[in-house]
Amino acid sequence: MAQITMRQAITDALREEMYRDERVFIMGEEVGVWGGTYAVTRGFYDEFGPRRVRDTPISEMVIGGAAVGAAMNGLRPIAEFMTINFAFVAFDAIVNHAAKMHYMFGGQMRVPLVLRAPGGGGRQLGATHSHTPDVIFAHFPGLKVVSPATPYDAKGLLKAAIRTDDPVLFIEHATLYQVRGEVPEGDFVVPIGVSDVKREGTDVTIVAYAQGLQVALAAADKLDKEGIAAEVVDLRTLRPLDMAPVLKSFQKTFKAVVVEEGHRSYGVGA
Amino acid sequence: MDKETTLDWYRQMVLIRRFEQRSSELYQLGKIGGFLHLYIGQEAVAVGSINARGEQDHIITAYRDHGHALTVGSDTKQIMAEMLGKSTGVSKGKGGSMHLADVERRYWGGHAVVGAHLTLAAGIALAEQYKGTDAAVLCYFGDGATNIGYFHESLNLSGVWDLPVLWICENNQYGMGTAVARHSSASSIMQKASGYDIPASQVDGMNVFAVYEATKKALAAIRNGEGPQFLEILTYRFEGHSMGDPLRYRTKEEVKKWREDDPIGILERHILAEKIANKDKLEAIDTAVEAKLDEAVAFAEASPLPAMEELFTDIFVEEN
Ligand SMILES: Cc1ncc(C[n+]2csc(CCOP(=O)(O)OP(=O)(O)O)c2C)c(N)n1
Ligand SMILES: [Mg+2]
Repeated sequence: MAQITMRQAITDALREEMYRDERVFIMGEEVGVWGGTYAVTRGFYDEFGPRRVRDTPISEMVIGGAAVGAAMNGLRPIAEFMTINFAFVAFDAIVNHAAKMHYMFGGQMRVPLVLRAPGGGGRQLGATHSHTPDVIFAHFPGLKVVSPATPYDAKGLLKAAIRTDDPVLFIEHATLYQVRGEVPEGDFVVPIGVSDVKREGTDVTIVAYAQGLQVALAAADKLDKEGIAAEVVDLRTLRPLDMAPVLKSFQKTFKAVVVEEGHRSYGVGA
Repeated sequence: MDKETTLDWYRQMVLIRRFEQRSSELYQLGKIGGFLHLYIGQEAVAVGSINARGEQDHIITAYRDHGHALTVGSDTKQIMAEMLGKSTGVSKGKGGSMHLADVERRYWGGHAVVGAHLTLAAGIALAEQYKGTDAAVLCYFGDGATNIGYFHESLNLSGVWDLPVLWICENNQYGMGTAVARHSSASSIMQKASGYDIPASQVDGMNVFAVYEATKKALAAIRNGEGPQFLEILTYRFEGHSMGDPLRYRTKEEVKKWREDDPIGILERHILAEKIANKDKLEAIDTAVEAKLDEAVAFAEASPLPAMEELFTDIFVEEN
């Protein structure tokens, strides 16, 4: 099986879905001519043209809101926020509009939308550009929040996100773009809302997701050398949250550690 | 305009006026809860413009949305049921007065965050452009909404992408209690559109024919490939911003002066002067409207509230 980077896995998912479904298009700042700030959509502008790969002005409120409107009216937009930090500017469009249209109008409207955003800290960008606000977005019913840790999951989950009729915030931890992993050729989907045991063990449960999984797996290796078998559960999706594998593991180990990157209070572990 | 159409517009405007008055009564009786924003005084705007649209066109507006819902032709009974929060309402009782919608009729609601729906309008228009149709979006908003970032980002994007949107500002002179001169640096609202190279004009919103003509013309320009267009429609809300407005920000004389330009009164005088119909005929229309509203209120009152389980439905299309 081919070893590819997470960036490549995301690019492949986008390209394959663009070919599969004419309603899928990409919009955001610098996604076209520039090729994507994180080079995820490099070459797409030439390959698909300006109708389907749309550079927007620096206008997060209308990037979020217009993507919701286009989704309501039959398209399947993939809107990119340059980073999750700028999604705060579009907070109302995301939590009040993307997340609420289906419910508040009694099921009349659907919002099949993917909002992609690189996130996470640790890259010396200063306080405003280093947030990991994943749980804040996961707080709101009506919005699915996905954040993969491996190239395989990234490709399969992104395809699932594009195909679901619900709005999905797809958070890509920017430090993971270069991480390599095995990804089979061709089409496959990883279901949204299913946690995954990434390593089996009997002594302690480590719960993580996204970049936290790297930390958890490294810790498990270290523990192994000390004779402790850690089980690592990758949440993959924060809403809807699948606690079954976590609880099952906990029933075996009776000890759990939650690894996450956000602030100390009110996080995933809470 | 032919006689039949003129009388039908009279009927539509009276239906809105009386719907609003009945709603106000039901609110005072505690049967309608939440917020209630009446459209009284602005009827000619919805009726004149919505009747100028093509069947393919979309409508979206803010929370002052009853007039638009009635004019697109949604079922009056279901609209009234939504006002009372009943399960038989257009939005199953989950939206209320501010969130009436009828997607089958391309009416996308009723939106309560000032300015936010302008971005939705841009997206709905983008979808039509993407599909290669000639449909346009009529997007209504207040004068107050022209100060929020949503307005500026949406107008700019519509210009950059040539989106088929007709931006319709219902300038009723106030955003809640703040007069235009106190909330907008630009002295004319219409001027704001020119900052984005969007053709704009000002329209007398008390004259249903003027609103109709201006809308027709603007929609033709959009379909002719001239890009988004902008109308500033001058109007006035005769009642408070919402129920319980202390009305401290304007004088009784000012309201009285505007009431002399009652859009229904203007149309009625026109109908009588031009002998389109006599007083009896108009009274017969009023009576028919009343009967329709009696039926709507009875239906709404008899309908059940949403079941408790409804709190947990329609959250996701695909639960998993
Ligand atoms: C973003 C936001 N801020 C504040 C409010 C509260 N609010 C509701 S209506 C309104 C006034 C809007 O005035 P205008 O746009 O002129 O519309 P009108 O009520 O006159 O029809 C305000 C401030 C809101 N709903 N949304
Ligand atoms: Mg106003």
